[in-house]
Amino acid sequence: MSNLSRRKLITTGLAATAGAAGLGVAARLAEKYGLIPPDHGGFYGLGETLTYASQRLLTRHSLAREFSRSQISKPPFANEIPPPNDAFKRLQAGGFTDWRLDINGMVARPASFSMAQLKSYPSQSQITMVQCEEGWSYIAEWIGVPLSHILQAVEVHPHARYVVYYSIDPDWWESIDMADALHPQTFLTYGMNGDELPVASGGPLRLRVPRQLGYKSVKYITRMTVTDNLKSFGKGLGSASPEGGYAWYAGI
Amino acid sequence: MRASRDTIPGVSDSAYVAGSVSAIPAAVPTAAVSSLQSARHSTLVRVTHWITTLCFFALLVSGVEIVISHPRFYWGETGNDSTPTLFKLPIPSSRDLVPTGYGYVLPDQNGWSRYLHFQAAWLLILTGLLYVIAIVLNGHLQRDLLPGKSDLSWRAFSTAIASHLRFERPSAAEAWSYNLLQRLSYLFVIFVLFPFVIWTGLAMSPAFVSAVPASVDLLGGQQSARTLHFFVSLALVLFLLVHVGMVWFAGFKSRMRAMINGRVITGSTASTEQK
Repeated sequence: MSNLSRRKLITTGLAATAGAAGLGVAARLAEKYGLIPPDHGGFYGLGETLTYASQRLLTRHSLAREFSRSQISKPPFANEIPPPNDAFKRLQAGGFTDWRLDINGMVARPASFSMAQLKSYPSQSQITMVQCEEGWSYIAEWIGVPLSHILQAVEVHPHARYVVYYSIDPDWWESIDMADALHPQTFLTYGMNGDELPVASGGPLRLRVPRQLGYKSVKYITRMTVTDNLKSFGKGLGSASPEGGYAWYAGI
Repeated sequence: MRASRDTIPGVSDSAYVAGSVSAIPAAVPTAAVSSLQSARHSTLVRVTHWITTLCFFALLVSGVEIVISHPRFYWGETGNDSTPTLFKLPIPSSRDLVPTGYGYVLPDQNGWSRYLHFQAAWLLILTGLLYVIAIVLNGHLQRDLLPGKSDLSWRAFSTAIASHLRFERPSAAEAWSYNLLQRLSYLFVIFVLFPFVIWTGLAMSPAFVSAVPASVDLLGGQQSARTLHFFVSLALVLFLLVHVGMVWFAGFKSRMRAMINGRVITGSTASTEQK
């Protein structure tokens, strides 16, 4: 009996030590390979970290599903939007010709792009699905320029890890890691279904991140900051979403 | 162990003899107690059962909250407020955009609900994996869950159904093993419903389906996956209700005790019958 319990104790002890050491190594590796989300603290941190880490490992290069033209949702669905602010209305009155996208942070050449400059890059299109965390969805054709082309133009520092992006609505800002920022389907979009991008859908400029839920595809983009650390942005949780109780990573 | 030590002949050490003397009368009641109260459910089964219970309630509450934000269901790839529904739940919504017919909007609970849903899902999946691997390795699956060859006949099946329909209380022996219908429903829950609810859940993830597009294509689209996820969850809730009902019927206190501390207190005939 005592032999058995001693053996059990030793085995359990060894297993616990190995487990703790394993967890320690896993945490170190996860940090090194960027598998820890900025909202990893708190009660839900473990689940959030497991989701982000596993999906990042599984989906680093995978492409969002693309659909045929006949699958485009008719009529195009537009989610309710907050009433545009005065700054937006002024730019809208001018036909958005003065709309600008500023990019700064860890880049060699901080720049301010006009809509005309963005449109001078070869445009691409994708027919992808927008999924809302509420449960509804629609498919549309999105026309724009891959964010990676713009990031190449401003020359992103090799140690950069995130791109923080802001809507003209000051309460709406998000960030994505470089895997998503440089992903070939992450577009700065200015067109939809063969036309201009309607205001209701985020026009004149919306960032599309098709491998994440709709709230990461921020409408009315005016500003981006490239960084290696999200701690100094807002409350340090990565974006406005965790500050409002929603997960930073929205791949599920 | 103690018994084998006692049989070592020629041990004259007084302390040892004293020990063995005291052990002899103790051995009888110990054996009797252990046959009366031996473990009905292993520690692994009990721990994983209650973790699963906890996770299931977390998933259910958070799942209901998430559904409330859009209580409309569709079939195919897409669906939204301007497309026709497959069906809609006659409940108010936590979003004012959804046409529910109610004049009010419930508070938005999706943030924590989604965090909790996935956290509980992870814990449940890891617990379920541990459980399945363990029951395959330790023989619990083959011994206690897979029906015996003699049970796999229509006669055995119809007898079991009939006795359930007559609401016959389980015999004392049944406190020690799972009956045929129990085995089949547990197997169905463990190997069909849970894998399917995980699959349909993952098929709603835009990132997961980018890596495994077949996971959603096979289900007929993302909204189909969502609708199926809802129905499988309903099936699991139905199982839960029947499960708790049967536990109640079979003797709530004794069955709960068996699942909490592993012990079944029955007459010695029932326990010897099992051994």
